[in-house]
Amino acid sequence: MKKLFLIPVFVALTAFSGLAAAQSADTSTPDGLMKSVTTDVLNTLKADPAVKKGDITEITRLVNEKILPYTDFEHTTRLVMGRNWLNATPQQRAQVIEQFKLLLIRTYSGALAQVNNQEIVYKPLRAASDATDVVVASQVLGQGQPIELDYRLAKTANGWRVYDINVLGAWLVPAYQQQFSEQISQHGIDGLIQFLTQRNQQLASGKAS
Amino acid sequence: MRVCGSRFPALVVAVSLLALAGCATVTNPTPGDPLESANRTVFKFNDAVDRAVLKPVAQGYNWVLPQFARSVVTNFFGNFGDAYTMVNDYLQGKGTDGTEDLMRVAMNTVFGVGGLFDFASQAGLPKHYQDFGLTLGHYGVQQGPYLVIPLLGPSTVRDGAGLVVDYFADPIGYIDPTWVATTLYGVRLINTRASLIGASDLLSDAALDKYSFVRGGYLQRRQYEIDGSSAAAPVYQDVGEPTGGAAAPASGAAAAAPAASAAAATAPAGASGASAAVAPTGASGAIGGANVNSGVPGSQYTPPSRFFPSFPSFHFR
Repeated sequence: MKKLFLIPVFVALTAFSGLAAAQSADTSTPDGLMKSVTTDVLNTLKADPAVKKGDITEITRLVNEKILPYTDFEHTTRLVMGRNWLNATPQQRAQVIEQFKLLLIRTYSGALAQVNNQEIVYKPLRAASDATDVVVASQVLGQGQPIELDYRLAKTANGWRVYDINVLGAWLVPAYQQQFSEQISQHGIDGLIQFLTQRNQQLASGKAS
Repeated sequence: MRVCGSRFPALVVAVSLLALAGCATVTNPTPGDPLESANRTVFKFNDAVDRAVLKPVAQGYNWVLPQFARSVVTNFFGNFGDAYTMVNDYLQGKGTDGTEDLMRVAMNTVFGVGGLFDFASQAGLPKHYQDFGLTLGHYGVQQGPYLVIPLLGPSTVRDGAGLVVDYFADPIGYIDPTWVATTLYGVRLINTRASLIGASDLLSDAALDKYSFVRGGYLQRRQYEIDGSSAAAPVYQDVGEPTGGAAAPASGAAAAAPAASAAAATAPAGASGASAAVAPTGASGAIGGANVNSGVPGSQYTPPSRFFPSFPSFHFR
């Protein structure tokens, strides 16, 4: 059971960036992209003993290689920051993006090691053919209640990119919006960057909080 | 925050803790959470109780019992949960789901040796989750203010009311003799908490502010359970142009997203967690911080009523 609920998280992460062997991913349709990415990530996970053991370096490498190319982290961060984005300098923006990305990788990558025999089923895509913003809905089937796992993708010049995920009804962007705005209103944008940086250092060196 | 001291007189410990902590100061009032100051204090208390008692016990439980034994325990209580979910599915007029629940209970009770094994899932009968707070939400009852209940965790006014019904509808509370019922309550509570160990660790790491992370996740999740998966994706306000030379105006939503449910906290939400099949709740806890201090559904914290005759009343009066 313990493993079970970590799976969607991990899958979400992987999916977030849309894993998949970079070359072979079908990027022409959003659901095609998600299918090939998640399949590839799951296969890699099953085959890679280092990841199974929870080797953080190895997991980070996997995430960078297979997931991040299919995500638009700037888009995600911009939505999470909301109006504060406009007040941030380019350097601040870059730092927030970087630290936020690190935080998500650090916190969720541990879950990657927990994946074993889950099966992912995609629901039919409900979107107009000329849509530029779609939700790809899927379910993770394992033991117990199926886990809803949705991806939000936007069409960019470089193809479809994931910018938000939904696990069991909770979207990532709103989940962080409130927290970011509280940090910023209390400590400013630099305070937020400092907070994220510190948290990441704690996580890197062992245990946070 | 005068509310904060006088609200839960029955919990002596809580009160003294309140006295110590004072009332938290809220700089940015959040819509949907007018009681934030009191809620934060209770949240801290719950978190402390969890760290001091429940989590260590759950860790020991995980250490002692193999995975297989834990799934048997989970399935056993999940079978009761399925029966109650069935009632709520029928109350909401969800005939197909209710009938699936009925078949699940029948199949797992008979072939799964009283629910110890979950054959129904393997046979393709999906597990659902419902409680009375969701039933109220289904019929349009608004969630009311967000509420963190001592020991029971995240809730809302509507879901708290639902919890009372869930509590009295729980068949385990009616088992005789009392010590058996009490033991079952204890085992269920620990088993549920144990299954959430990984998710709650993740939550502590991922959250900037655990309180607000949990609140957002809880409210989002409850609304999602009421709306079903057909619910529209949230509409985001995208302030900046994509700098990377992307094509489309990014906030999109043009195609898909109805204007209604934007931010996290707008929605009505429901009450407790669920049956023993808490795995999913844990996951959303991880991302959205759903159902946690510990993630244990509120109704499972409460001992049988004969043990504590006045128990439900002191939360809600």
